[in-house]
Amino acid sequence: MIKAVLGVIPLAAGEAFVFGQPVGMANRDIGYLPQRRSFDASLRVRGIDVVRLGLDGDRFGLPWPWSAKNREAGRRVRDVIEQVDASPFALRPIGELSGGEQQRLLIAQALARDPRLLILDEPLDSLDLPNQSAIAELIRRVCVDSGVTVLMVAHDVNPILPYLDQVIYLADGGAVCGTPADVITSPTLSALYRTPIEVLRTSDGRLVVVGQPEAPAHHADRHTGQPH
Amino acid sequence: MAPYMQHAALAGTAIAVAAGLIGYFLVLRSQVFTTDALGHVTYTGAMSGLAFAFNPLVGLFAATVAVAGGFAVLGRRARADDVLIGSTFAWVLGLGAFFQGLYTEHHSTGGNGRAGATYLFGSIFGISATQAVVSVLICAAACIAMALIARPLLFASIDEAVAVARGVPVRLLGAGFLIVVGVACAQAAQAVGALLLLGLISAPAGAAHRLTTRPFVGLVLAAAIAVFSTWAGLLISYEVPRTPPSFAIIGVATLSYLMTFMWRPGARTRRPPLDRHHAEPALLPDI
Amino acid sequence: MSLVGSAASSNAAWSWNLLNDVRDMFSYPFMVNAFRGGTIVAIVGAAVGWYMVLRKQTFAGHTLSVAAFPGAAAATLIGISATIGYFTFCIAAALVIAIASRPSRGRGFSAESAVVGTVQAFVLASGYLFATLYNGVLSGLNNQLFGFTFGITDAQVVTLGAVAVLVLGVLAVIGRRLFFASIDTDVADARGVGVRLLGVVFLLVLGAAAAEASQITGALLVFALLVMPAAVAQRVTARPVAGIALAVLIGVVATWGGLTMAYYTSYPSGFCITSFAFAAFIAVHRVRASA
Repeated sequence: MIKAVLGVIPLAAGEAFVFGQPVGMANRDIGYLPQRRSFDASLRVRGIDVVRLGLDGDRFGLPWPWSAKNREAGRRVRDVIEQVDASPFALRPIGELSGGEQQRLLIAQALARDPRLLILDEPLDSLDLPNQSAIAELIRRVCVDSGVTVLMVAHDVNPILPYLDQVIYLADGGAVCGTPADVITSPTLSALYRTPIEVLRTSDGRLVVVGQPEAPAHHADRHTGQPH
Repeated sequence: MAPYMQHAALAGTAIAVAAGLIGYFLVLRSQVFTTDALGHVTYTGAMSGLAFAFNPLVGLFAATVAVAGGFAVLGRRARADDVLIGSTFAWVLGLGAFFQGLYTEHHSTGGNGRAGATYLFGSIFGISATQAVVSVLICAAACIAMALIARPLLFASIDEAVAVARGVPVRLLGAGFLIVVGVACAQAAQAVGALLLLGLISAPAGAAHRLTTRPFVGLVLAAAIAVFSTWAGLLISYEVPRTPPSFAIIGVATLSYLMTFMWRPGARTRRPPLDRHHAEPALLPDI
Repeated sequence: MSLVGSAASSNAAWSWNLLNDVRDMFSYPFMVNAFRGGTIVAIVGAAVGWYMVLRKQTFAGHTLSVAAFPGAAAATLIGISATIGYFTFCIAAALVIAIASRPSRGRGFSAESAVVGTVQAFVLASGYLFATLYNGVLSGLNNQLFGFTFGITDAQVVTLGAVAVLVLGVLAVIGRRLFFASIDTDVADARGVGVRLLGVVFLLVLGAAAAEASQITGALLVFALLVMPAAVAQRVTARPVAGIALAVLIGVVATWGGLTMAYYTSYPSGFCITSFAFAAFIAVHRVRASA
């Protein structure tokens, strides 16, 4: 779905619009964080340069080092790095950073052009628990402070559950959208996946979704969360 | 300065700048082996020219750019299979030897292996005035092309998925880059020869990567080291008798690369730190 | 290419009577030696090359063989046997690469390939220096680079054989562990197979094999004996013993075919052997692609 929204793959049927324009046209306003990128450990490029690429990496020609435009770009990059708390390590080669640190910089990269929509594909995927909650909290902060719509794909809803405004579940040909309280319930999900699904709440408030072993949809455990 | 020295310096500088720029990206994109292959093709192209009685430089140029274009068209697949590329180019090299054999048999102008050595190891002191000017023009064009595409190519090389989403024409850039590489290799073959241009591509760029993590600084550094190697090499070859210039150039480049290993020995073995929340955020200096 | 070659072709005509042709060739001792040496090298090359292709170290293997060139040139310059030069330089290069390459996780090749490319170029440049200092026996240059199989002496055959026995012996001892370590590095590491040490030993073995092959095909065309037979075999079967056996067969056939072709034409032996091996390679590639 992410790729369809970005216009990278063609739609099978129907139309889709982003900010009033057909998909693919509005990519300037979208910041994108693809799934599971990690940089080669020997890559000798600084984090700050990777973030800078998010700002103007698609422009041909070289940046003129002494122009006002360049200084402004530098300021923007530093600001956005500050916003994600990545300043302490942004000047190090990105290959040497840990997963959590790289992820912060990549979020900064996605934010560099001040997008209206931020699409994150499994951003918490390869992180350990403390990092997961830290990054989730960061995303929430960015969302609230900058007024960015965040569309996030996650296979485990729990780290982001406290911050979710809306959630979408996609299954074979069907979809359900709404607040977590409405959607993540046994009857709703069972109807969607057409197979008995139980939603259990643990003692510390976490949700566990349990389905039949032969649950057919290949995206059975993927849901997208949409904090506003 | 004698004319042949002037031509050599002129052509050599232009070629070195181009080699440094493309070398930086070739190392970044893990396409060094491709350059090895293109080097072989320059030899075979030149030999085909000799064997079939047309201008060897034309043969060299045409063959190299054609093969680079072929790589570009094949796209990702050409990058993946080292065995296929290597085998094909081993055979291509053998074919060059075959052409050379044809040439010396049917057109023997004395000196059994001379023609081969010229194209295998370069003849920078044999460059004429016209050739030097042509080299400068071609390499200048290559450098301008690199300057234009450097930024999006960097994006595409480091962070392909996001670059694609951002509308960067990744495949087209990769293809265009390879064509520029082909052109630069064809030029470099005249300076240091088919077998040694790999060194001019690898060593300055490798050194630049070790010395800095800032991409544009790295590009300039790679070019600078390549130019320095060329000048120093030409000087050494001029002063020390019987030193082939291509050996001197490659020798200096290798030495430069070696020195970067001494300077930062611990750089590559540092492991990523544990994640910590830092007490006070550091202020970033001006970029 | 060599005066011996042209002498051969002046009175040689390929009659399709195989027995006569073979007898004709073997009436010359240099041909007998060429076939002996070639066969030995084909066997060693195929076996070692099989592992090299498996471990995706073909670029390194090529660089090691290229080291044979300055080895031979330096030896000729100093006045000692070229064979010593071949082996010394190839083994030394193997040590350098073994020491300089850290175990790379994932595709950390961008920095490593710059090193290998630089080493290869420097090694070739040094060879050219030595050859030039020797007053450029430039036909010698071509022979060292592209193969001069028809100058193999009895002593060389003995050396090739001895080294071959040594190499194959080592390979037999470490073969299974090496296979394990090559395909499943992490598990092998955990099991204490000593991956790093095996890697170093293999590089030394590869250096020796590369030195051997260089004497038959020339330093530049070692791919023909080290890589191509093994690559063909690996496309056909994934089983180690069958694969190595097949690689040996292809290598030997390519060598015999190539040497015969080099005898009857005057084309360099390296090119001829490479052509046969390459033909097999393309054939298998095509068959596989359409399968």
